[in-house]
Amino acid sequence: MGSSGLSAKKIEISGVVQGVGFRPFLFGLACAHHLCGHVSNSDFGVALFVQGAPKDLDAFLLDIPEKKPLLSHISRVVSTDAPPLDLSDFTIIKSRDTRTKSALISPDVGVCPDCLKEMQDPADRRFEYPFINCTNCGPRYTIIQDIPYDRPQTSMKSFTMCPDCLKEYENPLNRRFHAQPNACPVCGPQVFLLNNKGKRVDGNDPAQAMALAAQFLRQGKIVAVKGLGGFHLAVDAANVTAVDLLRQRKNRPHKPFALMAAWDSPLFDHVHMDGDEKELILSYHRPIVLLKKKAPAQSVSMDLAPNLAPDNLCLGIMLPYTPLHYLLLEKGPDILVMTSGNRSGEPLSIDNADALDAFSHIADYFLLHNRDIYFRADDSIARIQKGKLRFLRRSRGYAPLPVDITVPADDNLANILGCGAGMKSTICLTRERYAFLSPHIGDLESVQGQNFYKATIKHMQKILDIRPVCVAHDLHPGYFSTQFAKMLGEQGLPLIGVQHHHAHALSCMAENHLDGKVLALILDGTGLGTDGHIWGGEVLTCTYKGFERRARLNYLPMPGGDAAVTSPWRMAVALLYKVYGPGIMDLEIPFVRSLDNSKLAFLIQMMDRQINSPMTSSTGRLFDAVSALLMICHDISYDSQAAIALEAAANIEESAGTAYPFDITTGADGCRIMDTAPWVRPMVTDIKKGVPRGKIAARFQLTLSSMMVKAAARVGQETDLDRIVLSGGVFNNHTVFSQITHMLETMGFKVYTHSMVPCGDGGIALGQAMAAAALQQARTAMG
Amino acid sequence: MNDNDTILLDHGAGGKVSHAMFSELILPLFDNGLLAKQDDGAVFEVPAGRMAFSTDSYTVDPIFFPGGDIGELAVNGTVNDVAMCGAAPLYISVGLIIEEGMKVFDLKRILQSMAGAAKKAGVRIVTGDTKVVPRGKVDKIFINTSGIGLLPVGVNVSGNGARPGDKVIVSGTIADHGVTILSEREGLKFDSDVKSDSAPLNHMVKAVLESGHPVHVLRDPTRGGLGTTLNEIAVQSTVGIRLFENRLPVRGPVRGICELLGFDPLYLANEGKLIAIVPGTNANKVLDIIRQDEFGKDAVIIGEVTDQDPGRVVLETLIGGTRIVDMLTGEQLPRIC
Ligand SMILES: [Fe+3]
Ligand SMILES: [Mg+2]
Ligand SMILES: [Zn+2]
Ligand SMILES: [Zn+2]
Repeated sequence: MGSSGLSAKKIEISGVVQGVGFRPFLFGLACAHHLCGHVSNSDFGVALFVQGAPKDLDAFLLDIPEKKPLLSHISRVVSTDAPPLDLSDFTIIKSRDTRTKSALISPDVGVCPDCLKEMQDPADRRFEYPFINCTNCGPRYTIIQDIPYDRPQTSMKSFTMCPDCLKEYENPLNRRFHAQPNACPVCGPQVFLLNNKGKRVDGNDPAQAMALAAQFLRQGKIVAVKGLGGFHLAVDAANVTAVDLLRQRKNRPHKPFALMAAWDSPLFDHVHMDGDEKELILSYHRPIVLLKKKAPAQSVSMDLAPNLAPDNLCLGIMLPYTPLHYLLLEKGPDILVMTSGNRSGEPLSIDNADALDAFSHIADYFLLHNRDIYFRADDSIARIQKGKLRFLRRSRGYAPLPVDITVPADDNLANILGCGAGMKSTICLTRERYAFLSPHIGDLESVQGQNFYKATIKHMQKILDIRPVCVAHDLHPGYFSTQFAKMLGEQGLPLIGVQHHHAHALSCMAENHLDGKVLALILDGTGLGTDGHIWGGEVLTCTYKGFERRARLNYLPMPGGDAAVTSPWRMAVALLYKVYGPGIMDLEIPFVRSLDNSKLAFLIQMMDRQINSPMTSSTGRLFDAVSALLMICHDISYDSQAAIALEAAANIEESAGTAYPFDITTGADGCRIMDTAPWVRPMVTDIKKGVPRGKIAARFQLTLSSMMVKAAARVGQETDLDRIVLSGGVFNNHTVFSQITHMLETMGFKVYTHSMVPCGDGGIALGQAMAAAALQQARTAMG
Repeated sequence: MNDNDTILLDHGAGGKVSHAMFSELILPLFDNGLLAKQDDGAVFEVPAGRMAFSTDSYTVDPIFFPGGDIGELAVNGTVNDVAMCGAAPLYISVGLIIEEGMKVFDLKRILQSMAGAAKKAGVRIVTGDTKVVPRGKVDKIFINTSGIGLLPVGVNVSGNGARPGDKVIVSGTIADHGVTILSEREGLKFDSDVKSDSAPLNHMVKAVLESGHPVHVLRDPTRGGLGTTLNEIAVQSTVGIRLFENRLPVRGPVRGICELLGFDPLYLANEGKLIAIVPGTNANKVLDIIRQDEFGKDAVIIGEVTDQDPGRVVLETLIGGTRIVDMLTGEQLPRIC
C-alpha cells in the first residue's frame, strides 16, 4: 500500500483507561472512522497506533474525549506523527510489560443498568446471579493485587472462565471484553449462608442462601453480609426491636446507622432531596448520602424505626451497589440498616473467618461468598452543600482516583508520602500533578488498624508505582502515623512535620488550585499546635511553605485530656469556670445542679492545679461545652455526637439575627483572641430565664460564626488578603458552614471550600504532602 | 536528740554531732551487729553461688502518705528489685540525703518505718551514710538503698524469658500507689480512701520459686505502671502480650479517681505488686501460691503471651475491640478529635 493520502499517529493515553472498556471503545471508534492500527494496555494507560485519511484521524482524535466510556478518566493524551505501516485492520493486542506504571486504578463501581436488566431476566444465563458485572461496572480496587489490571492479578484468578464467559471476554465487541471479574453461575463465585456457629444452613444451594438470608432479615434477624469492600451488618430498618438489638449487640447506643434501599422505596418519602442530591445518590459511585429528614408530621409511617439516627438532622442513605444488594432488597425488607461490620475501633472485616470470629455474638446469620476481598473499602459518605459535593468520608467508589493539583505551578510534584493524622486517617501519595488519597483507613489505636495502615501504604505504593522521596507527618508524637513516619525517617527518608491545621488549610488550597498566600479559617476538634497546646479554632495566614497564627479562640483547659473529649460535661465545667471561677458551684442552672458536687469540686481542683488539663483553642470542644451546658449531650458514645446533637436541637428560625455579644482581644504575642467570656454570661442568663434550649443553641451557632468571621475579616484587613480557605471537621456542621460562607462572601471575600476531599482529618494527608512538596521544591531549587 | 529539734548541716558533717545522731537515732533502730561495728563497710560471709545486687533512689513527694512513707518505700523497693531477680534479699545499704531544717521527729518516723520494713522483709541494714545539705538543695529527704541477695540454685528469671503460651499473673490491684501519691501531692479531695500498696514481695517470690513451678519472668511494675513494664518484657522477649481489660484488678475508688483524672491505671505506679509470667500449664498453681501470701490475695491472671505482634502489648477491651497499650511517651496529649 502506498503512502498516498495516509497519515499515522502513535498515541499514548493515560488516566483511568484500563478495565473500563477503553480498548473496545477505541476499537469501535477506529472502525467507525475507517482507521487501521492497534491498541494495547500499557503501564501508563493505553498505547495506540492509528492510520487513515487525515480528516478521519482528526475526527477520531476529537471523538476520544467526547465519547469516552462512562468510567474512564483521561488525564493526558500524547500523540506523535509516525510513518504509516502496512495494515489492513484494527486489532487489540495483548498487554505489554514495561517498567513504569502510571495507569490509574479505577475504584469499585456500582452495578450498571445493563447488568441489572440481565440479572432480572429469567431467560438470561445470569438470572439472579449476585456477581454479574461487565467493563462498565463491578469490583476493581478491592480485588486488585497489582497492575496492569489483568485477571491473574485479581482475586478472580482462582475462578477459571467457562467457555461462554471466555467467549464474551475475548470478543472486542462484547460488553464483557476483558472484564476481569467476568463470571457466571457456572464458573464464578457463589454465595452461601452460615449460622453464627459457622454451620452452613442453605443446603448447598446458593439460591436458597439468598432466599433464606432475605427471609431471616424479614423476621428481624441480624445478618452479616459480605459485600464489595468489606462486611455489613444488616437488619430490617422498619423493625424497631431488631434495630435496638443490633445497637445493643454492637455496643452502639446512638450512632446513626446507614440505610440501604432501592430507588422506588418508601424511604425516600422521609427525606428531602434536590436535584444535585438525586444525582449524587444515583451516581455509580454509590456513596452514603446525607439527606435531611422531613419533620415527623410529614412522614407518618410504619416503614422506618425511630431509633435509626437519633439526634440527627439527616439520614445516611445509599442505593444498592452490588447485584447481591439488589437481590437482598428484592427478596427481603424494603429498607435495610447496613452498618459497617467491624470490631469496635477496628477496620472492616474482609475475611470470612475473621468476620465469623468478630460478629458471631452480633449476627445471627452470615451471608458469605468465595470471592476474596484483597483490599478494604468502606462506604463513602457525602452530601451536597451549596450545590457542591462534600465528603465526610472519601472511600469506596472514589479512592484511589487522584485529586488533580496543578499547584505549585509546575506539574511535576516530588513523590511524597503524607502520613495523615490519628483518627479517620487516610494516606496520600503524590506523583506528577496528582495526589492519590487512600480509601478511609480509620482509627489507628488497634493492631488491625495499624496493620491495615501499613498494608495500605504498601499497596498504594505498589499499584501506583510511587517510591516516596520524602515523608510528611503530623506533629503529634502519640499518633501512630507520626511514629510510622519516624520509622521511615530512621531508614533514611527525609521527614517534614506539618502542623495539623496548616495541613487542613493546605488540603483546601490544593484542591482549589490556589497558590501564594491566603487566609485560612480552621474550625476543628484536636490538633497539636506549635506551642504544645491543642488547637482547633484558628485564623491562619498561610502558604504551602509555612503559616502564621493570627487569631485563635481563647484557651480553655481540658480537664482529663481525652476524657474531656468523650465527656462534654467536663468542657462545660471548664467553660463556666473560666467565667465564674468558684462561683460556678452556686449557679442555679440545671446543668450545674445535675452534677455531683464532689465530682465538680474535683474537676475544679484538676484545672487549678493543672493536672491532666491541657489547654485548647478547639472549636469542637466549644461545641461540646455548650451542648453539655444546654443538657443536650452529657457524654458521647460516638465521635462528634455532642456537636451533631446541638446542631439538630438548634432552632435556627427562632434566633434569626441575634448573636450574643462577643469580643476579640489581642494576646501578648500579637495573636488575636476570640473571647468566650462575653457571651457565656448572657447565655447562662437565658438558661436561667428558661429560654428554650433550641433557641440558645441557635444563638450560640450564630455567635460562633459571627465571631469567627469577624476575626478572619480583621486579619484580612491587616494583611490585605481576600482569599480565604475553610477547613477542619467543624465545617461538617451545615449551619455554621452556611453562615460563615455567606457572611464572608457578603463581605467580599473569595471563599474556598472542600469538595474533592473531606474537611475533616480524612483530608489531612493531602495537606501534609503539599507542604512537603513545596519545601522539597525549595530545597532542590537552592541546590 | 529531741523530737522537736531540727536537722542541721552539722548532722551530716561527720563530726561529733553526726556521731551522736548515728548512735542515738540510727543504730538503735537498725539494731544489728554488722552495723554496730561502725566500720567503713559491712563484712560478711557468703555461700558459693550467684548473688543479685540492685540499687534505687527515692525522692517521693510527699514523704508521708496513706499506706506508707519514703522510708518504707526505700526498703521495700530494693527488697523487691532484688527479689525480682529471683534472689532472697539479705543485706541493704542506706544513703540519706537530708535537707537542713528537717524535724528530727519526721526523720525518726522515717527511720522507724525503714527498720520496720527491713524486719518484715527479713533483711538487715548493714551499712549506710548520711549527708545534710543546705535548704532547697534537696526536697526534705532523698534516700538511696542498695541490696544484695542470694539466688537459689537453678533459678533463672529474666525479662527475656517470656514464651508464647505463658500466662501473665499480677499479684493484686494496680495503680494504688500512683493514685495515692498524686492525690496527696496535689491535695485532691475525695471521699474514698486510697492508700499506697507499698509491701515487700520477697516472701511471695520465695514461696513461688520453692514450689518448683517454672517461672519465666518476675517484675515489679513500679514507675510507668503495668503497661510500661509489660511493654519492656514484650520487647525483651520478642513476644506479644495480650491483656484482657475485664480481668485487670483495680479497686473501685482507684478506678473512680483514675476516670475523673483521665488517667489509665495501666500507667500508674505500684510499690507492692509483681508480675509473674509462667507457663500456661502451671499458671493456676502459681496463682494459688501467690494468693496465699498476705500481699497476694487479689492476684489474678490478666493475660497471655502470644507469638503475634512481637514487642507489642494489646488490650482486649470491654467492648470487644482491641487497643494497643503503648510504651508511655512523656506527657499524654489528647488525641481524640
Ligand atoms: Fe483535624
Ligand atoms: Mg526499682
Ligand atoms: Zn455491568
Ligand atoms: Zn462462566
